[in-house]
Amino acid sequence: MLRLRAWHEVLDTIMATTLTPSSRPVQETSLQDTNEQSPAAGQATGPRISITVDDTRKVKPPHVKAAVENLNFYYGEHRALKNLTIPIADKQVTALIGPSGCGKSTFLRCFNRMHDLQPNTRYEGSITLYPDKLNLVGPGVDPIEVRMRIGMVFQKPNPFPKSIFENVAYGLRLRGVRSRATLAEEVEKALRGAALWDEVKDRLDDSALALSGGQMQRLCIARALATTPEILLFDEPTSALDPIATAKIEELISTLRDRVTVLIVTHNMQQAARVSDYTAFMYLGEIIEFDEAAKIFTNPSKKATEDYITGRYG
Amino acid sequence: MSTSSASYRDIDALRQDLSRRKLIDQLFVIVGLIVMLACLAILAVLFIDLIRDGAPRFGWDFFTNFASRKPERAGILAAWVGTSLIMLVTAFCAVPVGVAAAIYLEEYAPKNWFTAIIEINVTNLAGVPSIVYGLLALGLFVYQFDLGQSIAAAGFTLALLILPIVIVATREAIRAVPNAIREAAYGLGATRWEVTKDHVLPYSTGGILTGMILGLSRAIGETAPIITIGALSFIAFLPQSPVKGEFPFLSFEWLKDPFTAMPIQMFNWVSRPDPEFQANAAAAGAILLGMTLLMNGVAIWIRYRYRKKINW
Repeated sequence: MLRLRAWHEVLDTIMATTLTPSSRPVQETSLQDTNEQSPAAGQATGPRISITVDDTRKVKPPHVKAAVENLNFYYGEHRALKNLTIPIADKQVTALIGPSGCGKSTFLRCFNRMHDLQPNTRYEGSITLYPDKLNLVGPGVDPIEVRMRIGMVFQKPNPFPKSIFENVAYGLRLRGVRSRATLAEEVEKALRGAALWDEVKDRLDDSALALSGGQMQRLCIARALATTPEILLFDEPTSALDPIATAKIEELISTLRDRVTVLIVTHNMQQAARVSDYTAFMYLGEIIEFDEAAKIFTNPSKKATEDYITGRYG
Repeated sequence: MSTSSASYRDIDALRQDLSRRKLIDQLFVIVGLIVMLACLAILAVLFIDLIRDGAPRFGWDFFTNFASRKPERAGILAAWVGTSLIMLVTAFCAVPVGVAAAIYLEEYAPKNWFTAIIEINVTNLAGVPSIVYGLLALGLFVYQFDLGQSIAAAGFTLALLILPIVIVATREAIRAVPNAIREAAYGLGATRWEVTKDHVLPYSTGGILTGMILGLSRAIGETAPIITIGALSFIAFLPQSPVKGEFPFLSFEWLKDPFTAMPIQMFNWVSRPDPEFQANAAAAGAILLGMTLLMNGVAIWIRYRYRKKINW
């Protein structure tokens, strides 16, 4: 079954259908973008979404967790992001790839309003978070509320120089949790979720700085998971880690898919191919191509994408 | 082009040149060592000389006696009590104000020409001669606020004097906290104040304490500003006790009392012709120097301990 429509129209349909309680038959939707209504109509083909549910990876029908529409971002007068428009699928991994300086980290940081910490930055367009249709970059939206709902894991592991327990508990403490029992329970859950519990359960009161690099990064993931974020952002989470630690993190990201929507920036194309369900290729602040990861890495429709993934530049 | 004729390709010439370069390297080590040892030797000689001159005066009585016309009965009781109380006032004023100012400048203030001017002026304030602070305090604290020649006035004056030192040291300490830590906290939904109180301040405590102690050890030896505001050089009574027998147990009457301080007492003794008093001055000097060295030692120890605990 194939339908052709502008993707945002389709997204609305999907939202409307999949957000009603389940026990419906799994919908088979595969759609190809058309250019006519795309704002980036000047390009050969505009951004497109292709959603198939017969893929063995995906057992649930994909909802849309967030819809990025015509997002522009400015550092002062410099326009760093240009008319980005992609959907972020719920409980799936979306990867952003592209050469250094293409704006992928800048894009990622729009989701939790990290840019607001710098002066002279400005957003245009919208990132609509479903189900409550909150525009994450809207002018009236409190960046602190956004950061409470959207977690982030950074490039270099950055645990607080406190105990392992306090690192994971910090987000909960910010939310006013005082009960020791609740904290202990949530910390254990988060550490288990980050596949770190067995390694640290006997030394929760030790300093987090005593952990290895890979453990620190998983601790940072646990810290973000403890507050049950709606989207978890990863900004090149393995670039400071050795191959074994990297493999563990990648495995972890694959399992996180069941619980949280993941958006990951990576300069490592193999990593993007391994962990992601959807991939967006960015270049010079624009999204050149967005598609299923399998499609991007085997049969990209754009010459630039193909050149990049075959290592001709970047 | 021949390769053998160029000296930079000839291994024998390179070896010769290398031994010359290594000689210069060694030479610098020797010069540096001599200069450093000379500085240490001067300090050591000064300290030993003070101790030798003041040796006959060291004893319990010296600490428990008031100043006296008879040199062998004169002591530094009023001076060290005065100095301690002034330091207390100075620390209580300079540290909260200085730390708050530093936090504002580092964490809150937008980076524009106005804050740039403030920053330059804070650094400049550290270079203002201390007697100028004395004159300011004489007009402001002693007369305008009518504090008189009191411990409070002296404490406030020295607090002004060390404020730039505390601000600069605190800013350095705050800047040493990696931005990644701030981002981690902001990323979890912390407000600016929560990031400051839960992370930035605790992780920079070592540096802040070090700055505070270095500031106080500068203040403890300052003479000019407290002479300007009118410290007494001969005083035979103690300020009122801060602890009382009855409720509320604490009293702040001592803030209004007249005072003397260690450097003032020294100055007074040095200016007397009697050589016996010179011994008193030397002994007081040794004690003051010892107090300063002790404070610096504590600062180094604190810095060392925090470095060991938090290693970015």
